[in-house]
Amino acid sequence: MQTIDLRGVTCPTNFVMAKLELEDIETGTTIEFLLDDGEPAKNVPRSLKDEGHKLLGLQERDGYYVLTLEKGED
Amino acid sequence: MAEPKIDLKNLKAGGFIKERGKDLFTVRLRVPGGRMSVDRLAKIARVAQKFGKGYVHLSVRQSIELININFADFDAVVAELGEEQQKVASCGARVRVPTACGGCEYNPNGLVDTQKSALEVDQKLFGTATGHHKFKVCFAGCPFDCPKSAINDVGFQGAVWPKLDVDGCIGCGLCAKSCTEGALSMGADKKPVFDAVKCIYCGDCIKVCPTGAWSAEKKGYTVRIGGKWGRRPLVGTLFATFVPEERVVDFITCVLTWYQEKAEGAGRVRLGDIIIREGWQSLLERLRSEFPQYVVQQTIAPQVIQTQLPLPGQQA
Repeated sequence: MQTIDLRGVTCPTNFVMAKLELEDIETGTTIEFLLDDGEPAKNVPRSLKDEGHKLLGLQERDGYYVLTLEKGED
Repeated sequence: MAEPKIDLKNLKAGGFIKERGKDLFTVRLRVPGGRMSVDRLAKIARVAQKFGKGYVHLSVRQSIELININFADFDAVVAELGEEQQKVASCGARVRVPTACGGCEYNPNGLVDTQKSALEVDQKLFGTATGHHKFKVCFAGCPFDCPKSAINDVGFQGAVWPKLDVDGCIGCGLCAKSCTEGALSMGADKKPVFDAVKCIYCGDCIKVCPTGAWSAEKKGYTVRIGGKWGRRPLVGTLFATFVPEERVVDFITCVLTWYQEKAEGAGRVRLGDIIIREGWQSLLERLRSEFPQYVVQQTIAPQVIQTQLPLPGQQA
């Protein structure tokens, strides 16, 4: 599974970067994003859901978060 | 008496404010909710260029004000603005133009259609004489409360009450992570545990839930009453929750009637000070008679904000 590290990237740049990464990925593929705690972990999942992607889970790992997502239709 | 040069009816509802210079007035425009079409904006710009100083002022209550308008041009200004259905606003002891945030169509945080509410209140209540003082109404779409609803006489704030379909929950934990108020935590069974006391009705759990397990059980406005700014600021306090959007005008009317009655003979006094004088119970009981399912059990008086140290001779 592809992992995109967005730690250290502030909102909304992290969301835009996630969006750009998803452009090159097939619909239905599962992908992980690493997000900082706080605003990124709160905002990025919601924004990606609004874009039509399917959220699968969010897990804490040593002070940051791993968002698992299935790419939706373009 | 000489024939008036201008139609004095234009002055009746206010909106023409005397400036320092001889014969000059500021003309405050009516812009409910702070939204207008680009065509209307272009018309205002042309009128400002033709009759004004060459600039406009954006008021803190979402109005555009034309500056340096000679009173002899009032009729022409009103007529030309009218070509784009732009009206002049009010000042004085009346219901003012309601303010509102952008609302729900494009703002991802918006929970209710504040623009629709502002337009409805503007159409039905704008200019209503209070008999006492100004009366400001404001609509915020969510608990972020960008328009600062609690410093209005009646301030509305969009709210949703969430409910969980446990079977539809996949235990992903996104809702608990999204809830900045700490009203949600994940239980040992990997399902969210809801602490209703901490919920501020923001709906973040509903928005983030990937499966739709969280949904809105009820939606409407939280209402705070008695706020104002100015020389003696007050912050309005909670009187009702989940007032439906279609009951907003009735609700304001009820508050307004109480204010008109209770401030009789009190002079130029704002609603919040009358609530402090009469006691919050009086207004709460009046509202309960018409809105029993939405009015809170009890509240507190509008809260005084001390903005300066006591002056010499005043008590601390």
